[in-house]
Amino acid sequence: MRMRRSDLAAAVLTLLLAWVVIYPILIVAIAAADRTAVGAFLTRPGEWAALWASVWISLVSVVLAAAIGIPLAFLFEWFDFPGRKTLGALIALPVVLPPLVGVIAFLFLYGESGFIARAIQAALHLENAPWRLQGAVAILLVHAYSMYVYFYLFTRAGLAKLDVSMLEAAQALGADRRATLWRVIVPLLRPSLVGAAMLTFMTALGSFSAPYIFGGGFRVMTTQIVATKLNGDLPLAMVETVALAIVAVAGLGILRRTEGDDILVALGKGIAPRPRPIRRASIRWLAAGAGWGLAVLLLLPHLTLVLVSLVPYGAWTTEILPPVINLDNYRRLFSEAERLRPMLNSLWMAAVSTVVAVVLALAGGWLVVRRRVALRRAIEGLLALPWALPGTVFAIALAITFSVHAPLQLRFVLVGTAAILPLAYLVRALPLTGRGILAAYRQLDPSLEEAAASLGAGRWRTLTRVTLPQLKPGLAAGASLAFVAALGDIVASIVLYTYETRPVSIEILSSLRLAETGVAAAFGVVLMVASAIVLGVGARR
Amino acid sequence: MTAFLQIQAIEKRWPTGVTVGPLTLDIARGEILSLLGPSGSGKTTMLRLLVGFETADGGRIVVANEDVTAMPPARRRFGMVFQHYALFPHLDVGENVAFGLAGSGERGAVETKVREALALVDLAGFERRNVHELSGGQQQRVALARALAPEPRVLLLDEPLSNLDPALRERTRHELREVIKRVGITTVFVTHEQEEAFDLGDRIAVLNQGRLEQTGAPDELYEHPANLFVATFVGRANVFRGDAARALGGNGKRVLVVRPERLRFSEAGLPGIVRERRYVGAAAFFLIEADDHQRFEVLAEPDAARVGARVYVEATRVIAL
Repeated sequence: MRMRRSDLAAAVLTLLLAWVVIYPILIVAIAAADRTAVGAFLTRPGEWAALWASVWISLVSVVLAAAIGIPLAFLFEWFDFPGRKTLGALIALPVVLPPLVGVIAFLFLYGESGFIARAIQAALHLENAPWRLQGAVAILLVHAYSMYVYFYLFTRAGLAKLDVSMLEAAQALGADRRATLWRVIVPLLRPSLVGAAMLTFMTALGSFSAPYIFGGGFRVMTTQIVATKLNGDLPLAMVETVALAIVAVAGLGILRRTEGDDILVALGKGIAPRPRPIRRASIRWLAAGAGWGLAVLLLLPHLTLVLVSLVPYGAWTTEILPPVINLDNYRRLFSEAERLRPMLNSLWMAAVSTVVAVVLALAGGWLVVRRRVALRRAIEGLLALPWALPGTVFAIALAITFSVHAPLQLRFVLVGTAAILPLAYLVRALPLTGRGILAAYRQLDPSLEEAAASLGAGRWRTLTRVTLPQLKPGLAAGASLAFVAALGDIVASIVLYTYETRPVSIEILSSLRLAETGVAAAFGVVLMVASAIVLGVGARR
Repeated sequence: MTAFLQIQAIEKRWPTGVTVGPLTLDIARGEILSLLGPSGSGKTTMLRLLVGFETADGGRIVVANEDVTAMPPARRRFGMVFQHYALFPHLDVGENVAFGLAGSGERGAVETKVREALALVDLAGFERRNVHELSGGQQQRVALARALAPEPRVLLLDEPLSNLDPALRERTRHELREVIKRVGITTVFVTHEQEEAFDLGDRIAVLNQGRLEQTGAPDELYEHPANLFVATFVGRANVFRGDAARALGGNGKRVLVVRPERLRFSEAGLPGIVRERRYVGAAAFFLIEADDHQRFEVLAEPDAARVGARVYVEATRVIAL
């Protein structure tokens, strides 16, 4: 049989994706098989400690996030009280903000020189700050604070899919509330909970900003890898990278085994239970008060960030409240060329990587869903793979692979050029755009495209007038997530940036180092606002 | 004179081993042909071959003396109404109808054509409506207007009535035929319902397992079916063999097909016992079990027989196959 044009296109796309997604990992895996480096890794207690820290921090993060997120989800899905809808949306906010922004916001609020510590110190006339926010506890706090959202959102989605008639059936069969919860609701929620656990585990394992800012002497694998790389010990950095990748894959594998089948949930197509209004006025107000209090608690770091960004350099020393508030920092951000530059860098690099990721995902969607090419599993797998490995793994892999000039091995010197960071962002963006666009393609009725063709529309007109408008929600969601992730990225940036192409996140770190907290906070606010706008536009139907 | 639309030994071989065709059919200008067959008979494949969504593995499609077999769908100028209408949800009614008119004159001309097309299907003034707000019947008519607006050479309809509720279906059927006849367009219409095929088509082509079983006018198919499949698929039919066939006047060698309304209770003939009576208002169907346990249906006056009674049945008209 003659080779179809779409099969050829699929081969080209598969090779291209393999080149940026798998090939660098393979290069590192092979290069890591270096006897002295592996020996050093195996014999140094610091390495084992970091690896173990990564694992247990991730596991405890899952437990903490579940402990906060699941009860919240039940509260908001099953009970009605004043402000339920607004609050329900508000408390999902931390997930859409760049991790680095959340971390520095946390620092400004709860850190040893943060708002609260300072207030207590002043109120009690203490000599020193009442606490030092450092080490594993600080990391876990930040993780729990930002990652409960996964459990909250997944559990709410799972509860919304529950069929009320199943709960009624359980009751009709004589099950009391407790039995209904444990024998019906929890098993039906299991896929959602496992999904949330996987996402939390992966995010915590790959988490960089929290351990970097709060870790102090406490190292996890991601910070250990970057430190080794900065020390110039590349062979050891590669061994560490491979070790982290193995932990990630093993963790995913174990979690996947417990996933069970989605069929359980898909079976019931009934109506979800409606939220029960709380009858007793006092309890209702208590619930509302608790909800609002919680929302304030969760949003307080970001409010603090805004406040800090309004305080000019050196103006706020020992006072509880800042003595001066103005827009000085923002003025400096936008008027000083050296400070404007990182923002422009981040913008164009995020834009380029997002556009390319969208185009590749569109091509993938068309080949996988429409043409059903033989390579469709490979394409789908390659698009999803970067999600399964921590960003640090890809950062090191790209740094190693593209610092050598060997055209025959398809390796070029990109490190140090303007191309390397967009490439790194692109790799991380592929799962986001790929997931959104493939899902949208699967829902798209093929007869719409056929209708356009039968009405005389050529390929281009069918694509622009029918296919793209129909894919828009999935495409916009994927693209906005990818753009925001690139805009706030620090994991890949810290390994790969050059002074010329430094992004906002790196500038935030150097401002912090120079004790220019106001400027750092202003950068954080700009990132936060830009992310919120992009995601808001992306979520619009 | 050669036919307007010629299907010459067209064939599609699916990788699964199923083959549709080779099939040859001539359709005259302005004729409505119903493509009738059970699900899986290949009728939708035939339609998709005609419009060009599937490429044929053999044979030719010729329209107005032009071979379009290898032509992409966008250039064939065949209009199609899809089973689920495939209206573009992001465009309003007017934009849907105008979709096929791109590049055909300035805006005023397009607007006029859209207005005319909507007036034709009795939806004048619906231009700015959202397609979601329309009823199923209205959506079907928008789909028809959209297919007709670019003045295609052939109109193809893929089960266009299957999404409507039964009460609406009959009325829509007549309106559909009226519009098609007014436009005078050559039409191929796919359905699995015999009544629809009869009502809408000038001629019917019966398809089974990828093969053309018979082509003809409705009464021809009903009264003179070419084979047992057509006889039993088109309308209700009792099939008699052996002694039972002989008792009804057959020679015993050939299979006898008798319509329920062509059987009546009598003094002599084929004996049997009434097992069931299904009352349908003006008449009743009686299920009779013959002595050889063969069962068959008789359509008669509601009080023509009682359940459990022993009766004799004779045929007023038989089809010997």
